[in-house]
Amino acid sequence: MKTAFWLAGATVLALAQPAVAGDTIKIGFVSTFSGPTAVIGNDMRNSFELALDHLGRKMGGKPVEVIYEDDGQKPDVGKQKTEKLVQSDKVDFIAGYIWSNVLLASLKTAVDSQTFLISANAGPSQLAGELCSPYVFSTSWQNDQTPQAMGVYMNQKGVKSVFLIGPNYAAGKDMLAGVKSTFKGEVVGEEYTVWPSQLDFSAELTKAKNSKAESIFVFYPGAAGVQFLNQYAQAGIKAQIPLYTAFTVDELSLPLQKDNAIGIPGAQEWVNDLPNAENKKFVEDYRKKYPGLRPTYYGAQAYDAAQLINSAVIAVKGDTSKKDAMKAEMEKANFKSLRGPFKYGNNHIPIQNFYLQDVVKDADGQLSLKTVATIVKDDQDRFHDKCPMK
Amino acid sequence: MLVLVEQSLNGLQFGLLLFLLAAGLTLVFGIMDFVNLAHGSLYMMGAYFAATFVAWTGSFVLGALLALGATLLLGMALEFIALRHLYGRDHLDQVLATFGLILFFNDAVRLIWGPAGLALPLPAWLTVPVQIIPGVYYPAYRLSIIVAALAVAALLYVVVMRTRLGMLIRAGASNREMIGALGINIKLLFTLVFGLGAALAGLAGLMQAPILTVQIGMGENILILAFVIIVIGGIGSIRGAFLAAIFVGMIDTLGRAFLPDLLRKVLSGAAASTAAPALSSMLIYLLMAIVLVVRPEGLFPAARR
Repeated sequence: MKTAFWLAGATVLALAQPAVAGDTIKIGFVSTFSGPTAVIGNDMRNSFELALDHLGRKMGGKPVEVIYEDDGQKPDVGKQKTEKLVQSDKVDFIAGYIWSNVLLASLKTAVDSQTFLISANAGPSQLAGELCSPYVFSTSWQNDQTPQAMGVYMNQKGVKSVFLIGPNYAAGKDMLAGVKSTFKGEVVGEEYTVWPSQLDFSAELTKAKNSKAESIFVFYPGAAGVQFLNQYAQAGIKAQIPLYTAFTVDELSLPLQKDNAIGIPGAQEWVNDLPNAENKKFVEDYRKKYPGLRPTYYGAQAYDAAQLINSAVIAVKGDTSKKDAMKAEMEKANFKSLRGPFKYGNNHIPIQNFYLQDVVKDADGQLSLKTVATIVKDDQDRFHDKCPMK
Repeated sequence: MLVLVEQSLNGLQFGLLLFLLAAGLTLVFGIMDFVNLAHGSLYMMGAYFAATFVAWTGSFVLGALLALGATLLLGMALEFIALRHLYGRDHLDQVLATFGLILFFNDAVRLIWGPAGLALPLPAWLTVPVQIIPGVYYPAYRLSIIVAALAVAALLYVVVMRTRLGMLIRAGASNREMIGALGINIKLLFTLVFGLGAALAGLAGLMQAPILTVQIGMGENILILAFVIIVIGGIGSIRGAFLAAIFVGMIDTLGRAFLPDLLRKVLSGAAASTAAPALSSMLIYLLMAIVLVVRPEGLFPAARR
């Protein structure tokens, strides 16, 4: 009994032994792993783990250690977790970040300590403009880009007027500003809802219906997107006013939105059926490794983040103290992105295509997303001029 | 004008839904003198039970009835196993214990149903909008919430004011020891009251579920509103909860509907659209603060003690 106790103690000690600096590549990953939006964080973690599997769990010949931290969708918690990763774990890279407000709160900590931060989702306008940094890269987009593409599509469809609805936080404001910047018709109304607590949109839907707008545009990520589509359909507005979206219908929300999502177009930089070889492998292996689940754009971006980090580590042969060399390598975007064409602008935000996606029934009779058209090619965000990096 | 009618209906519907949640809370808080933070978890369980039973039986009404029974039993079991040992303790102990129950329920749900949430689809006859007055169409399901909640409110009034059980409940509220001394099984009575409160919360949860999604932690935000309502209405008063819930539902919805346009007249467009949602969500708490200053016992205190 006593021996067993000592053995157990020794094992715990051995496990707790911190890796000697330089022997492993340490990556911190901040995302949401608790609460209603934990499904998004799980998808990002699954995809990041899959990327590591594909890399043989090594980068530049060194083993990789990932420390996942839960931000609980709260900016203050995200900042604390970022501080912990930078100061006590001394990670080489931090990746993740779903929410723009969480990223903005955490940004300074990473930049001040000169730790590379790879945003795998959040893309607040400040990050692309005045707050851009040599140490920050994005594998997603700037928030405005996706709704801008939607605005372009609405022009193509000849839509004359729109009513905008979105959540009242950093990304919500960017999204509505984005669609307004490209949409040529009239913006009849603009409503912001309390985020993330407001889940009943009856007042906003009634206003939209009575505004006589020809269309509605919304941005509601996660479960809020399910609720919005439910209420939109129940109010009978679906038959009257067509809906255009950004980040509202994805593989996580679709099983809950079901038929409510049919016929609702969305803009996206990645869709599961993009025809390049890397993407096919990603989607196939993801569904094999996590039965019953399907990857989302959140996951695809996290996968790209791992590939980007890998490219930097290989370039310096695992010596992560060579920050300038790693930065120079990452600026080249020397990896095969799942979305195909991908390069960086001066502000480290991708220049990329945006696609129109639609909901269809696939071969298994399940609802899934499908690429219909390319809306814009090689799109660069509209804040890159404000970034002092040239 | 028609917009006002429609927005008022939205407010009424939201208010009545809040009433169902607040009624259970005020019953338990006012009559048993027990602070139950886990009331929101019972709301969540009602929604999860409904989603499961509706999927099993294929019938919305049958699934909802089964879910109601299941929440009632769950509430009674919860009272019997855990909560009755806390009646003698002070409120802080009760808050801590029931907060623990919130965590327990959230993780139990995660284990049983997974983290992704569930959908509770409506039958076709409830998804069509109904014309209530010429030119105003209203979602049939929201209308049915209004009808069901009003029926429950009437039923609750009859049970509490006109039946023997209601008399015992009221008597138990005014003097627990005396009614025990008169030979009434007060323990059983409290188990029943708690089960009734749980069933009301479950009803609110399952009726809200098709509008929202069924997800972990869904009861936590709305529970705060329920507490605000029982403070405004007067603790222990079902009539107070009813009127305060409709006030709060109206203020919240009409605030969101009309405040942005009013603000745009004095502020710039961008500032107004940012300030309006923040301000309209503050209105309710403002109302509560005013009530607490002017009438600390609430607007319609239960006449007792």
